[in-house]
Amino acid sequence: MAEDYVIEMLHITKEFPGIKANDDITLQLRRGEIHALLGENGAGKSTLMSVLFGLYQAEQGVIKKDGKEVQVKDPNDANRLKIGMVHQHFKLVECFTVLDNIILGVEDTKNGFLQYDAARKKVMELSERYGLRVDPDAYVSDISVGMQQRVEILKMLYRDNEILIFDEPTAVLTPQEINELMEIMRGFKKEGKSILFITHKLAEIMAVADRCTVLRKGKCMGTVDIAGTTKEELSKLMVGRDVQFEIEKKPCKPGDSILSVRDLVVASKVHNNNAVKGVSFDVKAGEILCVAGIEGNGQTELVYGITGLEKITSGTVTLKGQDITTAPIRQRSKAGMSHIPEDRHKHGLVLDYSLEENLVLQRYWEPDFEKRGVIRKDAVRKYAEGLIDRFDIRSGQGPVTVARSMSGGNQQKAIIAREIDKQPELLVAVQPTRGLDVGAIEYIHKQLIAERDAGKAVLLISLELDEVMDLSDRILVMYEGEIVGEFNPKETDVQELGLYMAGAKSNTKKEKEA
Amino acid sequence: MNKKKRLAENGMLISILASVVSIIFGLIFGFVLLFILNPAKAGIGINAMLTTGFASLDQFGKVLYQSAPLMLCGLSVGFAFKTGLFNIGASGQYTIGAFCALLGGIAWQLPWWACLILACIGGGIWGIFPGLFKALFNVNEVITSIMFNWIGMFLVNFLMANMPILLASAWGASNSDRTAALSAANPGAIIPKGGLDKILGNSSWINISVFIALLVALITYFILNKTTFGYELKACGYNKEASRYAGINANRNVVLSMIIAGALSGLGGGVYYLAGTVQYVLEKSILAMGFNGIPVALLANSNPIGTIFSALFISYIQVGGSAMQPNFSSEATDIIIAVIIYLAAFALLMRGLIIRLLSGKKDKEVKA
Repeated sequence: MAEDYVIEMLHITKEFPGIKANDDITLQLRRGEIHALLGENGAGKSTLMSVLFGLYQAEQGVIKKDGKEVQVKDPNDANRLKIGMVHQHFKLVECFTVLDNIILGVEDTKNGFLQYDAARKKVMELSERYGLRVDPDAYVSDISVGMQQRVEILKMLYRDNEILIFDEPTAVLTPQEINELMEIMRGFKKEGKSILFITHKLAEIMAVADRCTVLRKGKCMGTVDIAGTTKEELSKLMVGRDVQFEIEKKPCKPGDSILSVRDLVVASKVHNNNAVKGVSFDVKAGEILCVAGIEGNGQTELVYGITGLEKITSGTVTLKGQDITTAPIRQRSKAGMSHIPEDRHKHGLVLDYSLEENLVLQRYWEPDFEKRGVIRKDAVRKYAEGLIDRFDIRSGQGPVTVARSMSGGNQQKAIIAREIDKQPELLVAVQPTRGLDVGAIEYIHKQLIAERDAGKAVLLISLELDEVMDLSDRILVMYEGEIVGEFNPKETDVQELGLYMAGAKSNTKKEKEA
Repeated sequence: MNKKKRLAENGMLISILASVVSIIFGLIFGFVLLFILNPAKAGIGINAMLTTGFASLDQFGKVLYQSAPLMLCGLSVGFAFKTGLFNIGASGQYTIGAFCALLGGIAWQLPWWACLILACIGGGIWGIFPGLFKALFNVNEVITSIMFNWIGMFLVNFLMANMPILLASAWGASNSDRTAALSAANPGAIIPKGGLDKILGNSSWINISVFIALLVALITYFILNKTTFGYELKACGYNKEASRYAGINANRNVVLSMIIAGALSGLGGGVYYLAGTVQYVLEKSILAMGFNGIPVALLANSNPIGTIFSALFISYIQVGGSAMQPNFSSEATDIIIAVIIYLAAFALLMRGLIIRLLSGKKDKEVKA
């Protein structure tokens, strides 16, 4: 039986300095199927898709469209082949309207003037047909992440693409929005469009995909029919060993309150509203308190307010009985606060500094490392070597490696080593596992639990509901700058959290809908 | 292949290579320009440019003498660069520094070293303003420091015009458009030659200023690379947000960095005008020396040690350029010097190209 493949990528090899990102990978997409591409971070999924989309050129291998070999040298070629892609980080012009963004690059003009009317009609037709609600005249900077994603999807449809690539589309969505997206994807399938769905979430694959190609460390582990497989099998293919889905931890023994936040208000940098609207909570010694929520609901600003990166409008922050509401960052750090920042490149590391220089970033001024204003290089080196050893930070040249050249996982390990070795009373960890592979995630989770078991207070901010459920002893859900619910992870589930995260429920209403 | 790979990873070597290649390109382009302007004399011209500096001890002395203020201005710009600031106001700081030095030397009859300290203070004060505006109101330092170039220049002209004691006419000369010759006003304010003139064939130019600049370069290197203060400054320059996260007072460092940069430029103005060979002329154009500090710093990739060599090179080219007259008009030589400096400042671009070239070759070899 001759298979009807719409896209075939045969024996693709793509190499970067020092690493084979794709090693002889073959992926065949049938017409009208949803084909998942599964792999850990760094397995080569994005590289493979970038090759298909013309962002990279493969060193070896061929790409075939409808059985004919084609060259994809840039995204324009991909577009001509009717390949469209929703990137993980949306590629939208913030100060343009939705409509402007959709037609950008394929504008119809007449005598040099834009023809908006025809474009609007086509966009609205597509929007209705596929249930992709958007407001064409809203500015992208004003619309929700979910709507931004719908704009990206409409961009592909507007270009009459038949092969749709979704790169980690569910990372920014609530469980409810994810279900909606799955429905939309099934609709596309019915229309005969072919979908490549990149993800590392097994449940989504089981729910929507027909087949799945698994990558591990740049190599193709095979393609399986979803109907004849299980989650466990897939994860084993992906990681190469059995994965512990459950994290073992001892029961929580909360002690005294370490951090206490009262009526905290933090202004938003993006809009005129307050990003954090009067939030109060305590973090006790020996517990992991997790703040869950969808990106952009004030978690970032909450952390900025607690750590002192941003001035707060009102409220108080107390650490171990010491009022640090207006204390400078250095003083908070000395008082026992450690902070694993959300953005390791922006805040966590000076990328052009060496690993050892980064490891002393929070304590270079201590007498151990400084003598009469001069840095004690030998002491820094010794200390760095110790941390590198203990936390298994891998790098090309050891302590003198430039941080920029290290892998994301090891950069994060360096930050965690630095922050944990400070022996903090309170560890604020913001999305500590973002963009890391399963191995590194397991490691970081263990470190956080070790801190908790050592009697430290841990405030964890996470967007990953699985992480929230696995790690936390207590969960707060944040929605539009307010705490809308407090949960015990043993008594709740992802669906319930999702409703609160999306603002559909709030414990201020006091009534539980079925 | 391994050798090339290692080469591609050796940042220092690449930097030096990039600077040298840029200089060669600049010289070739300069020669082409000379050829277009005056084909018959192009050979003589480029020869003059390239050999004058070493042709006589006197000229070599001039190269060293001019390199001192260039070096200091280059250090000023480079120091600010390391902290993430573009100090385009070196010229204004240089002018104020020169004024303070001359004020001390002529009006107050101070010895040379006290005048140099005054020059540092003056330049430092002139650096405070862009620093403060940046730290307090987040005003781009490029804009404020450009404005302070003009304010500095006109302020100095204004003050000098109203302080007749500073002008040459007060000290037995007839002209009032320039400051007094130090030999007439206060020989003690002239920077000593320290016996260097004897070594360099009685060169009228040379004094110990080049050693002062060398010493300052070494101190700057030490501050930037060995001290916690330098660690903080560079952290701010590389990543202001991360330095804030680490509890470093970024705003304080911005101001301090601009003060130090200003003091370096100011010292440059001091050593130039306290040599006793030039007088400050009241003009309505900004002194070029401060701006020349920018290519000096770029060519050296802001490295204080590299600045020593790039300042010497640019000083050498300038001395050579002035020897190209009368075959070429002074404007033509200025253009050619500018072209060479301009292309030399492409060192950064060249750096990227060299790295790509080396690693590109590496790729091909892997394929084969």
